[in-house]
Amino acid sequence: MHHNVRIIPRLDVKNDTVVKGIHLEGLRVVGRPSELAHKYYKDGADEILYMDAVASLYERNSLEDIVRQTSADIFIPITVGGGIRSIGDIRHLLHAGADKVAINTAAVRRPEFIKEASRMFGSQCIVLSVEAKKIRDNCWEAYVETGRESTGIDVMEWVSKAEKLGVGEILITSIDNEGMKSGFEMDLIERIVSLVSVPVIACGGAGSPKHVAKIAQSGDVSAVASASLFHYNICSIRDVKQCLDEDGISVRICP
Amino acid sequence: MSKGYIAIVNYGLCNLRSVENAFEHLGVRVLVSNHPSSLADAAGVVLPGVGSFEDGMSGLKQAGFIEALLAYAKSGRPLLGICLGMQMLMTRSYEFGEFQGLNLIDGSVKPFADDFHTCSRKVRVPHIGWNSILDSDNWNNTILEGAPEGQKMYFVHSFYVEPKDPRHVLANTDYEGKRFCSVVRNGKLYGCQFHPEKSGEEGLTILRNFVNICS
Repeated sequence: MHHNVRIIPRLDVKNDTVVKGIHLEGLRVVGRPSELAHKYYKDGADEILYMDAVASLYERNSLEDIVRQTSADIFIPITVGGGIRSIGDIRHLLHAGADKVAINTAAVRRPEFIKEASRMFGSQCIVLSVEAKKIRDNCWEAYVETGRESTGIDVMEWVSKAEKLGVGEILITSIDNEGMKSGFEMDLIERIVSLVSVPVIACGGAGSPKHVAKIAQSGDVSAVASASLFHYNICSIRDVKQCLDEDGISVRICP
Repeated sequence: MSKGYIAIVNYGLCNLRSVENAFEHLGVRVLVSNHPSSLADAAGVVLPGVGSFEDGMSGLKQAGFIEALLAYAKSGRPLLGICLGMQMLMTRSYEFGEFQGLNLIDGSVKPFADDFHTCSRKVRVPHIGWNSILDSDNWNNTILEGAPEGQKMYFVHSFYVEPKDPRHVLANTDYEGKRFCSVVRNGKLYGCQFHPEKSGEEGLTILRNFVNICS
């Protein structure tokens, strides 16, 4: 049974603007963060995902003010990622109104960080963000620093380990498919979904509502995140949900 | 409630901001309560919470809130526990051991893991996402007033409450075949397993109903 697949607009933020690139690179400005988030909220988004696109340059997450602004008039969960390096960083973002944090680089550098963070704030608060690049058939490598730096770590080994360390959710972004609008990397996502028991959010590659329906149906994913679909007005969140609903996938339909 | 305020209990855990924002959005006076004495004059109290049961209870204890909450509840004024805040209303929890709760509602807190470990197919825990609240028979004149049967709310949890007295169950929710209590009620004491402050406009309606009960 497919259980209420969540539809999550992903907003990559550079300074004060939402940007969108291809393969996580070549960024274009698409709008203001809290305005876009509000539009998506009204359109029936199940959650908002903010990613600090330049966090690694400054070695910190700079989204606190944006999160504070957004959470004042948006009443759905907000997940924030990018540049989160310490327990203090997490605390600040939660205090600003974030519900969950997505961690990549800091977890790769020091896996124990996941354990400490999930002990402190609860597993449900800690999302492991994985950027995966295919290196050969059935084999993916984890990348950090917004897809710029390879780690030599096998994605499947990494997600299993992180699950044991206590992450409550896994956000998987396919670097190869990201921004291509040609559909999700099905084999990567299906593998992770069958490997772990925590919810999985699929990201990277959606170019039409049908792409979302396809991964939702075959992959038992818990949520789908997309930037291209919504920022470029290819379709609305409502359109995606309607398409899923018609395909018999349970979604939350807003009045 | 024109003169009164709603106190949000702050016992060191994070993420009170969302609850505060939601009430402010409704135009309600809220006070983030850092000290137990501020519960004495509150028209309503909200006990929020994420994280583990043990940490939550020890946070309440350290901040001196346990006596104050019990005294407040005795006064018959409305109280709303959210997520972990709901679970702490119960007698005890089996989250990583056995721990005593506030015992305002007789019952216990149990892990989904125990229900699903014999399941042949994979069930994902935590239960994260939007799910329906069911069994609307007694929702009139409660915080669920006006919500239709099957209304979707946002959940994120690995444990659920099991009240001893079925009359304390105001709503149930089904997760992968396990039906659990998603709203408890004992007089004016309420608890929601889901997050009304994160459940869109429908969640805000529940908070508005709570405010109306407080007036």
